[in-house]
Amino acid sequence: MMQETFHRLADELMNTLHGNEALTCSFNGEESAFVRFNHSQIRQAGHVTQQSITVDLSADLRHAAAEITLSGEWATDRARLQELLAELRAIRAQIPEDPYLLYATDVCSSERIHPNQLPEATAIAEQVLDAGVGHDLVGILASGPIHHGFANSFGQRNWHSRASFNLDWSFYLKADKAVKSRYAGFAWDEAAFRDKVRMASRQLDLLARPARTIVPGTYRAYLAPAALEEITDLLGWGGFGLRAHRTGMTPLMRMVEQDARLSPWLTLRENTAQGIAPDFQAAGFIRPAQVTLIEQGGYRDCLVSPRSAKEYGVPGNGAENGETPLSLDMAPGTLPLARVLETLDTGLYIGNLWYLNYSDRNAARLTGMTRFATFWVENGTIQAPVNVMRFDDSLFHLLGDRLLNLTAERELLLDPGSYGGRSSRCSRLPGALLEGMHFTL
Amino acid sequence: MLEAIERKFRNLAPAVDFCSLRVVRERHEMLSVRRNIIQPVRRSEDWGAMITVHENGGLGYAATPDLGSDGLRHALEQARTWARASRGRHLVALSDLDRRVRSGDYRSPVRKPWDSLSLQDKLGLLQQECQRLKAAEAIVEWQAGLWHSEIETLYVTLDGSRLTQQFRYLLPSLNATAHHQGETQSRSFGGDAYLRQGGLEILEDTGFYDAAPRIAAQALTLLAAPNCPAGTLDVVLAPDQMVLQIHESIGHPLELDRILGDERNYAGTSFVTPELFGHYRYGSELLNVTFDPDHGEQIASYGYDDEGLPAQREYLIEQGILLRPLGGAISQSRAGLPGVANSRASAWNRPPIDRMANLNLEPGTSSLDDLFGRTENGLYMETNRSWSIDDSRNKFQFGCEWGQVIRDGELGAVVKNPNYRGLSAEFWRNLDGVGDARSFQVLGVASCGKGEPNQMIRVGHAAPPCLFRQVAVFGGE
Repeated sequence: MMQETFHRLADELMNTLHGNEALTCSFNGEESAFVRFNHSQIRQAGHVTQQSITVDLSADLRHAAAEITLSGEWATDRARLQELLAELRAIRAQIPEDPYLLYATDVCSSERIHPNQLPEATAIAEQVLDAGVGHDLVGILASGPIHHGFANSFGQRNWHSRASFNLDWSFYLKADKAVKSRYAGFAWDEAAFRDKVRMASRQLDLLARPARTIVPGTYRAYLAPAALEEITDLLGWGGFGLRAHRTGMTPLMRMVEQDARLSPWLTLRENTAQGIAPDFQAAGFIRPAQVTLIEQGGYRDCLVSPRSAKEYGVPGNGAENGETPLSLDMAPGTLPLARVLETLDTGLYIGNLWYLNYSDRNAARLTGMTRFATFWVENGTIQAPVNVMRFDDSLFHLLGDRLLNLTAERELLLDPGSYGGRSSRCSRLPGALLEGMHFTL
Repeated sequence: MLEAIERKFRNLAPAVDFCSLRVVRERHEMLSVRRNIIQPVRRSEDWGAMITVHENGGLGYAATPDLGSDGLRHALEQARTWARASRGRHLVALSDLDRRVRSGDYRSPVRKPWDSLSLQDKLGLLQQECQRLKAAEAIVEWQAGLWHSEIETLYVTLDGSRLTQQFRYLLPSLNATAHHQGETQSRSFGGDAYLRQGGLEILEDTGFYDAAPRIAAQALTLLAAPNCPAGTLDVVLAPDQMVLQIHESIGHPLELDRILGDERNYAGTSFVTPELFGHYRYGSELLNVTFDPDHGEQIASYGYDDEGLPAQREYLIEQGILLRPLGGAISQSRAGLPGVANSRASAWNRPPIDRMANLNLEPGTSSLDDLFGRTENGLYMETNRSWSIDDSRNKFQFGCEWGQVIRDGELGAVVKNPNYRGLSAEFWRNLDGVGDARSFQVLGVASCGKGEPNQMIRVGHAAPPCLFRQVAVFGGE
């Protein structure tokens, strides 16, 4: 329904263009159920339907853009968009040429519509409430289709629809002692969910042991994929974009200017082919299947938006304006997951990290907290949960000279984020064994 | 238009225990000049409605952008579906809630409307300021921007409440980044702290017109400055860093929904527990913190929160003693504690939750020079650039753009990468000096994230500079 409405509205707009005007339209929409849980009961439950269109009107390198919410009611939206087009023409007349304007002119249409295999969200919520019996369950269920579309005046039409669910929840024992779990995908499997619940329950038993407080210092550590995701998420914030590189703002500047290297274990790719985000972007460019960002510890390519491509005179690779990864993929190592504790021997098993930021961006020095299930391990056996600790360490140590190995198995982590709308971002990551991680507080 | 939507709602709403409609219309305009090039002018308009239904002990909501009869009817059905599904499994005793009927109106004070200056004149102003930021070859990135927002809300309930509010916001920004031989340093116009309610008068009130040359010069100074020393020192924090200190280590820990556990899976819990209110020493006797909707220009001043509760000034911490949490009507009912009108939603498509609004540290009696004069060996820090705190909001580490050594009461050499860390529960007890009313600044945070589903919201913080004793400080590599 949203696809038909979007393409019909786009066709209407294209038919009203004047002279040499060009128009791009991008669309985002979702029909989402959100159920928020606390203390194994429902805290808030509801449904959100939202859809918006961004139109960018240009001629002679003068352009203006606007985004409006679509009501879904044809006559209302048609009238609003016609008014908007007139408004954009008026803005265009007042502004100079934009030397960095770039949009796709080669027509490359596509349609990817995945069948909706999800049960009713009320039925999933029932299973979550059942799983919470006897536990203190808190978290969020998001479920429903997410849609992305693109159309331009050159005739290109793209559409991407996929229904997904993302259950992001924790079992709490007491105070800040909890096990966090995520179950996300495209077809709800009750048996797989029950397995996740059983695994979380087992970890919860370990959290019941008396907690240990470690003193500040450097400890051998294992970062589970969800913990490593916090580091790659921070790195994605200005780490890989061409604009950040050309303006000296990337934390990886030492790799660019001083030939610094990360560990040879480290290969990072923007892997659009294996991700869940659409392969087209807001100016109509198609993303390549893969962009290698870091290869065996050395810097390779940047993410390049159309605007940066024009500004810096390099080919673009379909990044959005923020130039952040949407489908980050870290190559696996050789450490079998089953041998993680044995290989860690004595140190910290870190299930999750939290609230990372830079203490010295220039030197890629990060700080952040341990959170949820973090354990003290001795001789390959979990001894006790560890009270939260702050780390402060350089990326060039954590994923550089102190990275001993990565796990052979990787996890696909679908982002549960929903600022503005539900995320289509994901990461495929192994776990990381570190010779040392520095804790300060 | 709003009246027509209200009429449709009143005609369609079913006979349930409680039913509300919240309509939000937002319009934004973002103007920016980066590296002396005018960036694409971006406008946006977002309009939709949230319907909430309480029925037989269940609560459901539905958000729709379709404000016609069909759209509202469908949303009402969806909200009732979730109310039925949550019946007997809902965390909140809905029958205990305050449902007094209220009516009222609120409008942002505006002295110089956004449209009083043409688009070309506004872009011309930004071009001029942007050019002034490019003070040297080493400035490699520079930008000047204005983000204007207009928001109208209508909140009505089936039992007769009717509240209308109209807000105008402006966020001016200036940034300069200097780079030389592997070193990069940035300086900004208070980060996003100068976000305020009002119109173009904000530019004069905040000193925007004079700021660009200073920002550029300071970025260049930082490039050549030594690293911040490491050690345990006294620290004077400027208002644009106090904003972040208040936000993270007072605001979030006092949010009642966190204390009640709602945020434990995402934003976190709190080291504050319900039994601490009324007697816990949060800080020194100099610490006075208010929920204050009365500064018209402050970003989160409003008449009513998004569940219809009227906003009024309250002390949360008085002379260092913790008195009251940040909790709206639902959280107050759940906890059996008094609260404030802070149940807020980020947009029409998100349900209200407990948020900070204007959370202010009240002025004391010291001038800024007095604070420096009382510091034998310390650091002065301005403008937040890094923030990290644990999920209980206790162990924090913050970094600033600008630092200066204080020796024997005098402000001295500039240092780069100033950071400090500590524990919320101890830090505020070491508060030993609070700036006076002349040094008090009305500021805010443009994007505070919280909630599941996620919500980004604007919050206000006003504070003077403050002196803290015995703080762990350190610099970069």
